[in-house]
Amino acid sequence: MNLGLLIFIVIPLLSFFISIAIPERKETALSYNSYFFNGVHLVLSQLYFFYFLFGKHASVTSPKLWIFEAQGFEFFLSFGFDKITAVYLFVGSILTFLVTVYSRYYLHREPGYKRFFNTIQFFYLGYNIVIFASNLETMFIGWEIIGISSFLLVAFYRNRYLPVKNAVKIFSLYRVGDVGFIMAMWMAHHLFQGSMTFQQLGDLSILNEHLKSHTWTGVFISVMILISAWVKSGQFPFCSWMPRAMEGPTPSSAIFYGSLSVNIGVFLMLRTFPFWEHQFSVRVLIGVMGMVTTLITTGIARVQSSIKSQVAYASLAQIGLIFIEVALGFENLALFHFAGNAFLRTYQLLVSPSVVSYMIREQFYNFSPREKTIEDYFPKKIRNTLYILCMKEWNLDTLMYEYWWNPLKRVGNKLNFLTLKKALLFFISVYVIGLVFLFHQQVLSTTTHLYLPYLFSAIGVVTVLKSFAERQHARLAWTLAVMNHFWIALAISFNEPLELKEATTYLLGVGVAGIIGHACLQRIKTLEGSVDLDQFHGHSFKRPMFALVFLLCCLGVSGFPITLSFVGEDLIFSHIRQDQTWLAGCTALSIIVDGLAIIRIYARVFLGPHAKSVYEMAYRSS
Amino acid sequence: MSNSFDESRAISRLKHILPTQSPLKDFIHHNTLHGFQEKKFLAGIREASQILGYKVSLRLDMYRDLFGDGKISEKILDRVLTETKGLDQLSVWKKKLIQAQYNQHLPPRIGSLRAAWKRDYGVDLDSLVHPILFRILCSFLDQGIAIWGFPDKDLGFLQAIRELERNSHSSFFRTKRAKQLLISSRVSIKELLRILVGEDESLYEHYLFDQQFAHQGWSGMVSVVEDHPITLLDTRKISLRELILFELLLEIDALDYRFKGGWKPLSESLTHRPQALFSDIEFTELHEVLSLWQVAYEWSYYDPVLKGIGAAIDLPKKSRDVTFQAFFCIDDRECSFRRHIETLDSRCETLGTPGFFGMEFFFQPQGGKFYSKLCPAPVTPKHLVREYESCKELERDLHFTKHSHNFFTGWLISQTLGFWSAFKLFLNIFKPSLSPATASSFRHMDTTASLTIENKNPNNRENGMQIGFSIDEMADRLEALFKSTGLIDPFAKLVYFFGHGSTSTNNPHYAAYDCGACGGRAGSVNARVAAYAANHPQVRELLAKRGLPIPEEAKFVGGLHDTTRDEVIFFDEDLLSPTQASLHSANKKIFDAALSLNAKERARRFPTVNIHQPAEKIHEQVRIRSVSLFEPRPELNHASNALCIIGRRALTKHLFLDRRAFLNSFDYRIDPDGKYLLNILKAATNVCGGINLEYFFSRVDVQKLGAGSKLPHNVMGLFGVANGIDGDLRPGLPRQMIEIHDPIRLMMVVEHLPEIVLSTIRKDADTYQWFIKEWINLVAIHPETHQMFLFKEGDFTEYQPITEHLSFITDMDQFIESSTENLPICLLKSA
Repeated sequence: MNLGLLIFIVIPLLSFFISIAIPERKETALSYNSYFFNGVHLVLSQLYFFYFLFGKHASVTSPKLWIFEAQGFEFFLSFGFDKITAVYLFVGSILTFLVTVYSRYYLHREPGYKRFFNTIQFFYLGYNIVIFASNLETMFIGWEIIGISSFLLVAFYRNRYLPVKNAVKIFSLYRVGDVGFIMAMWMAHHLFQGSMTFQQLGDLSILNEHLKSHTWTGVFISVMILISAWVKSGQFPFCSWMPRAMEGPTPSSAIFYGSLSVNIGVFLMLRTFPFWEHQFSVRVLIGVMGMVTTLITTGIARVQSSIKSQVAYASLAQIGLIFIEVALGFENLALFHFAGNAFLRTYQLLVSPSVVSYMIREQFYNFSPREKTIEDYFPKKIRNTLYILCMKEWNLDTLMYEYWWNPLKRVGNKLNFLTLKKALLFFISVYVIGLVFLFHQQVLSTTTHLYLPYLFSAIGVVTVLKSFAERQHARLAWTLAVMNHFWIALAISFNEPLELKEATTYLLGVGVAGIIGHACLQRIKTLEGSVDLDQFHGHSFKRPMFALVFLLCCLGVSGFPITLSFVGEDLIFSHIRQDQTWLAGCTALSIIVDGLAIIRIYARVFLGPHAKSVYEMAYRSS
Repeated sequence: MSNSFDESRAISRLKHILPTQSPLKDFIHHNTLHGFQEKKFLAGIREASQILGYKVSLRLDMYRDLFGDGKISEKILDRVLTETKGLDQLSVWKKKLIQAQYNQHLPPRIGSLRAAWKRDYGVDLDSLVHPILFRILCSFLDQGIAIWGFPDKDLGFLQAIRELERNSHSSFFRTKRAKQLLISSRVSIKELLRILVGEDESLYEHYLFDQQFAHQGWSGMVSVVEDHPITLLDTRKISLRELILFELLLEIDALDYRFKGGWKPLSESLTHRPQALFSDIEFTELHEVLSLWQVAYEWSYYDPVLKGIGAAIDLPKKSRDVTFQAFFCIDDRECSFRRHIETLDSRCETLGTPGFFGMEFFFQPQGGKFYSKLCPAPVTPKHLVREYESCKELERDLHFTKHSHNFFTGWLISQTLGFWSAFKLFLNIFKPSLSPATASSFRHMDTTASLTIENKNPNNRENGMQIGFSIDEMADRLEALFKSTGLIDPFAKLVYFFGHGSTSTNNPHYAAYDCGACGGRAGSVNARVAAYAANHPQVRELLAKRGLPIPEEAKFVGGLHDTTRDEVIFFDEDLLSPTQASLHSANKKIFDAALSLNAKERARRFPTVNIHQPAEKIHEQVRIRSVSLFEPRPELNHASNALCIIGRRALTKHLFLDRRAFLNSFDYRIDPDGKYLLNILKAATNVCGGINLEYFFSRVDVQKLGAGSKLPHNVMGLFGVANGIDGDLRPGLPRQMIEIHDPIRLMMVVEHLPEIVLSTIRKDADTYQWFIKEWINLVAIHPETHQMFLFKEGDFTEYQPITEHLSFITDMDQFIESSTENLPICLLKSA
């Protein structure tokens, strides 16, 4: 029976692969595929939900499914089912099915019909992996799938400027969340001396024993988890991406930002509740930030004059309340609240175009010119100050630029003196020297040996920053992004002995994807002329196949969790000791920026308005 | 262009070419490129293209594909080339059209000056200014989405912002200078431009054009609201000048913030001067090739139509025993409905006229706080019709309540109503039905309520309008209606006035689906008012004196045709005598059958409907579409429109026109000197020409001139749509409305003597401009000889169709099921 759980993962997976195989023109086949599989999934989910609800069955966990072992390191996939999963499955399967049926007609004749259904199925796969996952590693796979499908749906209208810009913005924030996740996994690994299932977390005695001597470690893990939950659920200070994600077709916005995707952060907190249950400070932090989010987003929602941003902020305010409920330990209330809010916002977004005829009619009959709101009773100066702040979203959107994106750019720009040739010459020669030392480590003094991992890891960061800030050569930027992983491997090799098997696991995928990706860029340059990174080229418009292949390469190089390099990444982290926070931070940072640099190359070369004006292209501002 | 900057001239030039689309509730079709209408069509659109970067025709490869598919006829192409280039150049040009390679990438002039910010200063001004600017504009104009509205909005746009900035600890600006300039309140556009652009005033106008056309949607909306404040129910004081001032201030702010140490005005670091915006346009060979293709494309369609009209058979003398007569709107969507009715009842007579039936007035439904204008856009009515004794209540849907957006009520609502939403969504997807969210034409007026139609006391006025029409006024309007449509005698026992409207759900563009002649609303009230007037004994007395005797047993009945659902309702049926009632119920059967057939004919365009089913079954599916949340194409509106035929029904009764024609009834014998014809043409050029060109341009450039796909649309302040939350407004038609449209100019066919047509169109300068500048093609048909004359360069010359013969339709059902594409012009078997 425990393996039977896998059916919930296998169905969307199967449907995703079938969807990919169906030709673009076959609208009916594509939509029937989603309709059928999501329908079956719905029926099974509801049956299982009620079986679980009324049968008072205990939680179940599958055996370890796929295991990768290397000298004390154990990586495995595992799935489980309990009350939290049950509620998320209940809501998710209903909404996904309804939105699938809705979209069958709604997207009829839309260019990208297939892309849409592929992405929805991919998302649903990720969603199920997350809610069934019973350890952090498994959950991270689903987590990343949701992230990438979110990116793809925001940029669904990939030949307009704003969707692409917003998609990249959202991706970059998601990467911040990923740092949290990776760091949490790293630390948890050391804490529990291996991977641990969520079910084991529930076992108080084991947990307390581990945490007793490591109070700060516990808080560190909790905060890291919390950061990724905040990002995914658009909590303060990460609120502003959520309304900006409403760029795709309305049903996709409804299911992602109205309901399922934004509530995944809540899920993560519910899931890890036993872990931080006894950390009072963490609970206070969650509660306070939930309150701040609710207050701020309610204010912002009140001044929104566009329907989708209003629903988005109103939904965020409710999620803030759900975080408070979670912090207070009201699990059932939080689950109930999540379900109600998800249904309500999905529906409100789906009927949002109706608001014109409905409200105009209401205005026609019930208009009163001076309707007072509560703010009219505030002192004028306070009222005005608040109004302006809410209109400017408390500067949250600009803050993201000023404290995250721009500093990275600025540092990267400092490296402009490194030209193509200089850069390659420098990096390759230093790398070779590094390799030589690696095989003759006995010549190094102990102190040198101690600092080398930091040095190489820092060079890795420099490499990706250069790649990220590169304005001209796409292929150079690409090469640098690929090289970063080799730096990481080198740095870690000096830290702890790395087996060949481990290194290959990590680097093989990256290398292959890197070479194919490079070839793609080369070919596009030959065919279309320019692939400079200082503007959007929109080559996906004419060359969708190249865009797809390159996207896959991007996933490969950035260590996306369905590739082997992901296991490798995890493995690499296991070689960073618990006390080496800086090394872990540095490595995490370089992996994060690496992802950013890669997605930027993809966006600049393949997305955005097509550079030649032969085709109808929208204004930049629309 | 002189070198000094004249603010008011610059603004009026801007307003002239900015989009003029009204807020969504008043969506009325117009020529998207109205700013270029004083030029000849082909030259004007090229100019628009080079200056503003619009696509104004199909792409070269698309024309070539059409030629390959036989949709552009080779014979026509040869004729067009021979006529324009001469026989000796035919093969040279044909080769150019079919094979030659051209560089089609022509960067537009707009934006070339302001591009220097990015190129030379490395600052992306638009992305720094637009989001906050759009947000402030939208909040200021908002009609009721925001819960907390713009403070002090009654002061007007700039003054309200000034007030906000003066009394606040926070600011929209990030630096001091711009804020102080705003508060000082005496700044002019010129001063701000001096800061931004520098001393060179000759660049100022170009700069403003660049700036405003970077968000033409918002600028256009501001310009419309400035000129017609009442187009917003909750009115606002705003002007384009204020918008420009504020935007210039935001730009100064962004630059001050970015370059903390100061920056040089744009003109001082300009390396080369951009080409002046409105300097002469260079016409390339590519332009000529595209123009020739366009003309050949159009005539490939027109020619068979003219062949068909030329084959009209003189109708037998009107018979005395007409079963009924029915007036429909000129609208192209009524074209097939009329054909089906006539097929089912060969003794009936149908007529077309603008769907307000000559009755122009404001309407106030019971409980309404405002008036709705029910007549064509240019007319300003002086009469008011009120609804009373209505028992209709406003239906509500809690999902639209704003309480769900506050945190405590939101907390309650999400945990209660939230679960109801899931259920509602389920119902809506599997069993769609009419809901409060649906925009339904039948809700426009309560059929059981009474209307104040007749005015017995001229002093009975409200807000400068007379309540109802006097007997004289009713008679005048009916006389004009009957004489212009040629219905003077005999009147049948039952005469119907069918207004039309539509039903759609989840559709911000719902107003575009209703009757354009009724100001973008359903025509039910107009139909009912017209029927009331025509049934009035005193009105009939007056009409009889004017030579329009209406027999006592004749009765007029108002009705409404819902073009989306293909349903009709009738008003005041209780006033019919028993004999009339039984005739009426016999007629209703005909209408019902015709409606199903019409629904089936429309459904051939919907690939999601299986067309090989009985008409009634398809009709049911068509009805469901209109109330389905997930259906972006409840109907296809005016898509594929291409003709406007003004003349007797005999001209077209034998033809299958595939719902592509606006039909206006007119009898030259009643109007020998073109008095009524002039009024018909005035209305038809504006309404039909506007519709046709809006479809044309939205089709050729759905991104810049149309609204793009409607799937990601976000409703802004209830007056417009945008993509995402901080995009520009998207005027024009969404892709779902125009994708099956063929971009062809309207051809107007008038049945009258060419010399009368000529003298008539010359009487009105605006009307004449449509034809002489070739934004509409005009053909006159000699009523007796059926010779055809094409209007060209101010004169009529005889036209001979090339098409040799048209085929007959033997089986209508089979014919309709044969294709989802446009069908060729064919002859009907019965003719």
